[in-house]
Parts: sequence; structure tokens; C-alpha cells
Amino acid sequence: MIPSEITQPTDQATTSPRHDPSTLLSIRGLRKRFNLSGNWLEQLHFSKGRLTRRQEYVHAINGVDLDVARGEALCVVGESGCGKSTVARTVMGLISPSEGEIHFDGTRIDQLSAHALLPWRRRMQMIFQNPYASLNPRMTINRILEEPITFHNPSLNRGDVQDKVQEVMSSVGIDPEWGGRFAHEFSGGQRQRISIARALAVDPEFIVADEPISALDVSIQAQVLNLMRDAQQARGLTYLFITHDLAVVEHFATRVAVMYLGTLCELAPRDTLFSTPRHPYTQALLSAIPRLSDGHPTPIRLTGEVPTPVNLPSGCVFHGRCPYATARCREDIPALKTYGDARVACHALEEGRL
Amino acid sequence: MALLDVRQLDVRFSSRGKAVQALRGIDFSLERGERLGIVGESGAGKSVAAFSILNLIAHPGFIAGGEITFDGHHLNRMSERQLRKIRGDRIAMIFQDPMMTLNPVLTLGAQMIECLKAHRRISTREARQIALDKLNLVQIPSPERRLDQYPHELSGGMRQRIIIAIALLLDPDLIIADEPTTALDVTIQAEIMALLTELCDTQNVALMLITHDLGVVSQVTRRTLVMYAGRIIEQGPTREIINDPQHPYTQGLLDALPQMATPGERLNQIPGAMPSLNNIPPGCAFNPRCTFATERCTREVPHFVSTGGTQVACHMVEAMLAKEKAHDTV
Repeated sequence: MIPSEITQPTDQATTSPRHDPSTLLSIRGLRKRFNLSGNWLEQLHFSKGRLTRRQEYVHAINGVDLDVARGEALCVVGESGCGKSTVARTVMGLISPSEGEIHFDGTRIDQLSAHALLPWRRRMQMIFQNPYASLNPRMTINRILEEPITFHNPSLNRGDVQDKVQEVMSSVGIDPEWGGRFAHEFSGGQRQRISIARALAVDPEFIVADEPISALDVSIQAQVLNLMRDAQQARGLTYLFITHDLAVVEHFATRVAVMYLGTLCELAPRDTLFSTPRHPYTQALLSAIPRLSDGHPTPIRLTGEVPTPVNLPSGCVFHGRCPYATARCREDIPALKTYGDARVACHALEEGRL
Repeated sequence: MALLDVRQLDVRFSSRGKAVQALRGIDFSLERGERLGIVGESGAGKSVAAFSILNLIAHPGFIAGGEITFDGHHLNRMSERQLRKIRGDRIAMIFQDPMMTLNPVLTLGAQMIECLKAHRRISTREARQIALDKLNLVQIPSPERRLDQYPHELSGGMRQRIIIAIALLLDPDLIIADEPTTALDVTIQAEIMALLTELCDTQNVALMLITHDLGVVSQVTRRTLVMYAGRIIEQGPTREIINDPQHPYTQGLLDALPQMATPGERLNQIPGAMPSLNNIPPGCAFNPRCTFATERCTREVPHFVSTGGTQVACHMVEAMLAKEKAHDTV
């Protein structure tokens, strides 16, 4: 193990009040907009004889509250464009939120400077979707793995760094002898193991995995999922796992957050979610999993398409495709309410129509 | 007579002076209106198998041997000119990414009408009417307006519906669909798959579905081929293969699925990875990853043996069947 030489968090970071020690990460009122309109010249439009300036935004996240407890694997699921990857990237500080707060281990981290964020960067690491794109093709595996270690522990000597590299390589099942090779010499599954090794190299507590197995074949997916689970047990890791594959969620998650168009529609422990899905969207999503067994119910067919996050629908974001939508759903935005151990945002459920 | 019959198909890719074998002696047939699934991981040769039916393999690939018979025609002996009459007309293809298959600078109507007029002697007005009918068939809202839209104006699911409509334009006998829903979300995938199955049934079109998703195969097809390193290793009725797989690779593939494991437990993984085509192990190509491999598996290529409705190429299964038979005769 590397001795902890990282400077302790400075006073720049403010400790948040009422911090629950079992919560590692908490997200409060997170919103993220991306400006689509380009520079100010491109924003000018000529209509009805007048020159007006128009700005358009993609509303990627619209008010998400989420807590990740220590040692759990929280899976965020949803279809493309629902903002799940944006949540992952804002948590990691790769993009800054438009509104809202992110607290890591009791400290607000979203407004820290890049330098002040460094001690936290060592404690949280990320695994990306495509191992073909996330490993530098011009670096050997040794250099890819050394870089984060020497960056976060500048006082370590070369021997210690080498030992650490060998240790993480063997822990993910890559022969340390291969350290001199380049990423293109490895298969997709091996590359994803190397990205996992890179994330583990600085001994983090928290790992954000953004679709880590979507680019891999079925038999390789199982290898990588097992590896991630073993690492969790051996190191007591906490995961924020982003995926669109519900079968993987059922296997890997302890708790599941279902997102639709930038909002959270259901948050429940895995067993509750899969046995009694409450939100109509969750029900449709679960019924759409192509199951191996015969004699399962036919999937709930949703009508229509996912609306664009540029012009968000009023009220509940799901109302356009929901079979239970009423006038109230088109006007009021539903809030997350507690039902048993699940939290669901749905008017129909609240009114007992479901 | 079968609609499509493929015998001893052998496809090679020449690279640096020597030919790499992508398909080795593929045999299968497809009846009229039947839905067949081809599964396997990337590199197994499933797409090459589908593409070679219409001789769509680009240089440096070529068909080195075998017979492809479609409705009495020998496709592999046809000239390019003759093949073009079959492509799109009798056999249609649906590819993975709808954005790549649609022309971005032509309206959808123009693309559909062009396709119709290339194969039939009809007026633009008639062609437009046929296009409209097909759009109605795939349940696209306001089809009249879609004909004048460009591909970028539609969502991914909608584009794949258009592709299906185009595939159905000339009432083909066979649709080859190569990972048609891989680029789509689950709820959209369920819709598209349901639509495709329904249309194949009502129009009596045969479907050849290439996918890596065993769940989709299980829902849509009646018969399945499992491919590994350029060979078919197991084939038979889909239900039998899903419920009682015989080949160790098929078993491993099914066991590795998260939905087969108890939630929270470790998944059963197959060790190692698919070999690359220029480095296929001798004997049974799966032997380095197989837990049952014996010395014979590293020497001899296994032949198909029948058990129930399925055919399996595995020495272990063959030995087990021989033992059972010996037991029965005693």
C-alpha cells in the first residue's frame, strides 16, 4: 500500500452541516444545462422585422437529489439522453453543474478549484465506456498506470511506483510482464481491465463507472463484472454505476435509480425495484428486457418517442408516453414520495390510480 | 424445397499474401417464412455469413467455395448484374446503424421511390403510393409528411422503422437483419422487434436475425445457429438451445448472462477470449477455453452429432451419446 502522503483537505473546502457519516456522496438539487446557441452572432435571429437574440439549452439534468452510501453499488439506469452520464461527469468534476451542490464525504466539492480538488480526485476515480478510446495509444501500459500514481504521490521513488503498478496489474488479471506493451496489443476485455487497474492504482474509495461493459462481448462482460465485484469486496469500494442494461443492474446493484429526461423517477433497493416496480416508466423498462425464458408477459408498449431535452415537457416529463397520464400530470411536476423502501415521483401512484 | 440453402460455404480474406479463413464449411438452410437467429460474439463470423449470401463481401474478402441456393438460383454463380435483381427485391437487408444506411441528403420519399423504380417499371405516383402503404405498415405517425423529411429529422427508432419499411418495399421473400436494434434503447428495441416479428408473420417473409443478444434471439426466432471462430458449433430449435444447450460454448454464453445468475452472486465466466482469425487453434477452436477439453479436442475438428432436435459439433457430446447408445443396446 502507498503511505498516505496526500495533504489533508484544506480550509478552502467548507464542511457541510448535518453530514451523515454513512453517506459518501450526496447530490442536492443538481441541474445542468448545455448551451446550444453558439456565439452571440449565431444567437441573432431576424424575424417579423426585428432582430432578436435567442438562446437554446439542452436541459440534461433537472433537479436530481441522490445519496450514495458507503460500500454500496448504486446503479443509475435510463435510456440514451436521460442525463445519466452527465450525472457521472458532474460528480467527477469533469463538467461543472449549472445549479446544485455535490458533497463528497461531508465536503462540498463542486465549486473547488482544480488544485483544491486534487486530494478528492485521488479518492474518486472513473472508468469509461470505451476502452479503445480511454487508453492513450502512444503510452505503454506501464506508463498509463504509473502516471496517476506519480501524479498523486510525487514523493514516491521509482521502485515503489513499479511495485504498485505490478500489484494493480496482477489484481485485475493482467500479467505484469506485459507492462511494456501498448494498448492496441490487447483485446477489448483486457483493455477494460487495464482501465480498471488505472482507476484502482491510487487506491480510491469511490468509483464512477460509465457503461463500463457496454462495448464488450457477453462472455467478456461477465469477466469484467466479476472483477469489479471482487475489487469491491477486497477494497471496500463504493460504486456509482451508470448503465442502460437492466439485466446487469439486477445483478450488480444494491440500489437503483431510474432516470428519465434528466429527472429521477424512481429510487429503490434492487429487490424492491425488480419485484414491485412502481413508476410506469420503470414498469415499461423492466418489461422490455429481452428475457430468455418463454411464457413471460408481453412488453408494455410505450407510445411515442422520448421528447428532446431542449423543449422539456411541462409537468411530469413522462406524461407524453404514460398510459396513466391525466391533466394534473401535464401541469404539475411530481415530487419524489416514499412508498415502503422506495421513492417514486408519480401523481398516479400518489392518487392511488396505479 | 428450402427457400435458402447454404452448403459448405467457405469465405476467406487475403492479407499479406496469405488467405485468412473467416468461414469454414458453413451449412444451413432456411424455410419460407421461418425466423432464424445467428448468435455469436464479435469475430465469430456471423455478419460475414449473412453478407456472403448476397456476395456483399468487399475486397480483400472472397467466397472461396460452397453453394448458396436461393429459391432455385445459385447466388454464388451469378454475375453482379443478375445479383442486383435479387438484392433489395427478393432479399432485403437491415443494417445496425440506420443513420449510416440512409442517405442524409435525400428525402426519405426520394430514397424509397428510387428503390422502387430501380426494380419495377412504375410511375413516380404509383411508387409514392407504395411507399406510403409501407410506412403505414410499420406504424409511422403521419406518413405523408415523412416522405418529404430528411433522415436527420427523425429519431433513431423512427429511422429504423423507415429502414424496415424500405426493406418491405418490394415484398421480399427474405430479410437479413444484422444487429437491427443494437443501437437502440430497450423500450424502442422491444417495439421494433415486435413489429418485425409481426410483419414477417403477416407478410410471410423469412427472417435471418444476426445478433449477439441471446435474449432477443429467444424472443424472436424459432431456430438458432451458434457460431464460434468461423464455424457453426450448434444449431437447432431456439427453445431447445436456450433451455438445454449442449455445446460447452453455448452453455458458457448462456451462463455468463447476468439474468441467469442469482442477483449479487458471481457470474459464471468463460475464461479467455475468442481467438483471432489468423490464429485459430487446431482441432476444436474452442478447446483452449473449454473446461471439458481432452487431447482429442486439440487434434480433430468435431463433426455434427444430433441430439433431440439440435445438432452439436463437440467431441464430449459425441462421446456421451455413444455411451448412452451402448448402454441402451445392452
